[in-house]
Amino acid sequence: MKKILIPALLAASPALSGEIWVTNEHDDTVSVIDTETYEVKRTIEVGERPRGITFSKDYSVVYICASDSDTVQVVDPNTGEILHDLPSGEDPEQFALHPDNRHLYIANEDDAIATVVDVETRKVVAQIDVGIEPEGMAISPDGLIAITTSETTNMAHWINTETHELFANTLVDSRPRHAEFTHDGSQLWVSSEIGGTVTVFNVADQSEIAKIRFEITGVHPDNIQPVGFEFTEDGKTVFVTLGPSNHVATINAKTFEVEDYILVGRRVWHMAFNDDNTELYTTNGVSGDVTVIDVASRTPIRTIKVGRFPWGAAFRPTE
Amino acid sequence: MKTVTRTFCGLFALCLAAPVVAETVVNIAYLRQEIDRPPVLSNLDAVPEDEGIAGAFVGLADNITTGKFLGQTFTLDIRSVPVGGDLVATANEILVSTDLILIDAPSADMTQIVDLEAAKDTLFFNVSNYDDALRDDHCRANLLHTLPSYAMRSDALMQLLQSRRWTDLVMVSGTHEPDIAFANALRRSATKFGLRIRDEKEWVFDANMRRAASAEVPLFTQDFPNHDAMLVADETGDFARYLPFNTWEPVLLAGSEGAQPVAWSPVMEQWGGVQLQNRFEEYAGRSMRSVDYAAFAAIRTIGEAVTRTASDDASVLRDYILSPEFELGAFKGRPLSFRDWNGQMRQPIPVVHAHAVIAVPPMDGFLHPVNELDTLGIDKPESRCSAFTE
Repeated sequence: MKKILIPALLAASPALSGEIWVTNEHDDTVSVIDTETYEVKRTIEVGERPRGITFSKDYSVVYICASDSDTVQVVDPNTGEILHDLPSGEDPEQFALHPDNRHLYIANEDDAIATVVDVETRKVVAQIDVGIEPEGMAISPDGLIAITTSETTNMAHWINTETHELFANTLVDSRPRHAEFTHDGSQLWVSSEIGGTVTVFNVADQSEIAKIRFEITGVHPDNIQPVGFEFTEDGKTVFVTLGPSNHVATINAKTFEVEDYILVGRRVWHMAFNDDNTELYTTNGVSGDVTVIDVASRTPIRTIKVGRFPWGAAFRPTE
Repeated sequence: MKTVTRTFCGLFALCLAAPVVAETVVNIAYLRQEIDRPPVLSNLDAVPEDEGIAGAFVGLADNITTGKFLGQTFTLDIRSVPVGGDLVATANEILVSTDLILIDAPSADMTQIVDLEAAKDTLFFNVSNYDDALRDDHCRANLLHTLPSYAMRSDALMQLLQSRRWTDLVMVSGTHEPDIAFANALRRSATKFGLRIRDEKEWVFDANMRRAASAEVPLFTQDFPNHDAMLVADETGDFARYLPFNTWEPVLLAGSEGAQPVAWSPVMEQWGGVQLQNRFEEYAGRSMRSVDYAAFAAIRTIGEAVTRTASDDASVLRDYILSPEFELGAFKGRPLSFRDWNGQMRQPIPVVHAHAVIAVPPMDGFLHPVNELDTLGIDKPESRCSAFTE
């Protein structure tokens, strides 16, 4: 195995193995990467323009937004077989699975709607009017709040998951793409692609706590476009993809200071950690590959070719 | 984790439970002077009757959706004045109820309207006119431009040609006013970026030609000196479509045919462009054109300014739009803003052919001390516009 040749990595990674599933937006496929060998071991055909991807809490199924097929596909991760489609509303782009493992909150990009689907009954539970081009979706750890961000309206919409009604709308900078709650649920982070910022909100009163900006020597500020981000398991660090600047930033989650910039492939979108959070896999849309970042040293260590325009990424343990 | 507070609203949050009763109503008008278009050899691509207006309505829908979360709503009043109609009277009518106007008219009409006494405190957006003079020595402090100028388009094209090292050029231009203006811009841009227009010809053929244009083109282009590309200035779409594959030498075409620098094109699909195209096609039943994009961008500029300033006062909006704080995300991959010295919206200019985007200038390597987008068009040091500094 390749990994044995690299002592530093061997020391960093325990023997657990897993897979990173990557949706290829312009190939209508999912590339399954083995995190041990760094090789694409399976390529699965799915619906048109796959983007958002997430596993059920028990990893028994994987949900994939097939945007141009206007459906969310439910796939058996072992066989790669499409089990059935969920009614998702038009043009599903991203979604988040409620902690109850039963309700998917789906952003319908072309329809200015968020759709809530019960994955067991396969019925639409609610449709909520939100801003233009909803994209980012997040659900608080306690399951009480769902967030959707709208790219053209430039807001985070705060949804009460019991009543499915909006209870707040907070403005952010241009073209918000992604939202995540901190692990303790006290903060909401939102990235703004064209604004070039990440905004941090206090969940209790929806007030803005911080606005984080980025600066990379030799890269024009307009090309620094934050999209996806992930918190490390300990919650201390946030990795943020910066789109066409071809870098991932690391932010100190306590001080909100940017600590490092890591060079990755071209037009980096989203990310997923491996099993023990020692490695981070980034999808690089334009270069059609995935960069593996060593989390401890914050350096890129591998590039893995996948399909055309890799978009979303999700981890699945295999042992 | 704290429990969700459903009634309490934070100081900075815009807390509104649906349904929302709109408190602010922003009235916008679209004022168009219809024109007689010159006859063209083929009417395959007729200008749609709702060009511009359809783009404005798609922008309006976006504004209304956004506004409903903030207690703001927007209306759009369309006034199209027929050829020979009284544009000034129509303008004076709408100036009673709005101070935000999208204007779609020839240059002389445009300046006449924005100079009206009643329009002094009105903010106009030029959505249809590429005329460089309107951004230069004929600029007006109350006239912003969301449509790029001829100079921005020609600069974008020359940056592409220079990047490809296709620097020896010839040019064929029509004789209509827009053809002449675009040809002038192409000459200026060639000089600016160090390309050479080795020879030029005017397309002056009329019915006496007694042959199909395609039969005339080989002879017409036979005595051009060696060139890498042939520029075409045919802004009315008269003859340019007959040049490809009919020239004496096998040659690349650029300008009004071949590689075309535009504000918008149906082939724009990056940066969320697909979503905008989908919304537009659903509304208008056709694909989005440059003037539609400019009208869309103007309405969205107003919407963005109203949202961020929580004001509907035209002078407050104007100050904000021209400030460094303003930025509009409008499907071109980077934030759009306005040049505070002449009111022009900064924007990348895609160079496209019929089926794909070729490049989206500013091209890599064309640098600028302030903003690379200002490598496109007349820049501040060379600007003869003084209305914005008075």
